[in-house]
Amino acid sequence: MSIGIAGTVVFWVLAVIAVLAGAAVFWVDSMARATYALAVSFVAVGIQVLLLGLSYIGVITVLMMIMEMAIMAVYMIMFMGMNPALMPMSMVHGKRTAVATATGLFLALTAGILLAPWPARSGDPVPDPTAALGEVLMGSKMLVMIVVSAVLLATVIAALVLALPRGRYDRFGDDLRRRPPTDPQPGGVGR
Amino acid sequence: MTLQLVLVVAAALFSVGVYGALSQQVVVMVMMGLELMLNGVILAAVACYWFLTPTPTAQVVLLVVIAAMTVEMAMGFAVATLLHRSRNSDMTDMATDLRG
Repeated sequence: MSIGIAGTVVFWVLAVIAVLAGAAVFWVDSMARATYALAVSFVAVGIQVLLLGLSYIGVITVLMMIMEMAIMAVYMIMFMGMNPALMPMSMVHGKRTAVATATGLFLALTAGILLAPWPARSGDPVPDPTAALGEVLMGSKMLVMIVVSAVLLATVIAALVLALPRGRYDRFGDDLRRRPPTDPQPGGVGR
Repeated sequence: MTLQLVLVVAAALFSVGVYGALSQQVVVMVMMGLELMLNGVILAAVACYWFLTPTPTAQVVLLVVIAAMTVEMAMGFAVATLLHRSRNSDMTDMATDLRG
């Protein structure tokens, strides 16, 4: 099974776009533009996933990243204001170390990729990968989804604990002994 | 198109993400670096699916990577909110209390 010459050309054009847009995230001079660049990189990879026959995974990658970039834009405006998010800025630390680490990592990964004895492909993709994925998730791989569900629930709880301004430590202090509690947002029955 | 070439592209995406995660000071920008790293992992996993094992099990690995991305995003935004509320800043350099 192959994606054809046209598909191959599109795939490599998208690969170049994905890498260049990824580099542009840390090269452009405003956070808003960086967000757009990251979205472009993700959409390019999402279309590559679609080209390789995984329509379900490709579509959820594209949709999820577009939504995430929208939320990131909201956060930037919320924390920095509209103008600073569009203003030129460079807020980096340890740039040389980061460049050296990233370059070394890329060279090491590339060496490993080119030197490893990769096996031949075993079998062809099934005609309907989405249906096959659904069946395997409801069958032999259900434990994976159960674990992911628990992790996502823990994430929701942890994110709320971190983000809520009226937790028990906010009210009772770090040692939980402050009496009466000081509420950032007073309220509740009898108060 | 070969597996090795696609994996090199994925490695490039991952390495750019590592640069961002290490060098950026703003929490949201650090998150973007982590997202780029996961972007590379997605591309590598899809390449392994297509060139090595085109089975539904390989797709399950991809779903787990996407779930990890969701967790990273949610926790990152929560930490950014907490930092902004407690320090009135969204810079990682303002949260070095646990530095050894």
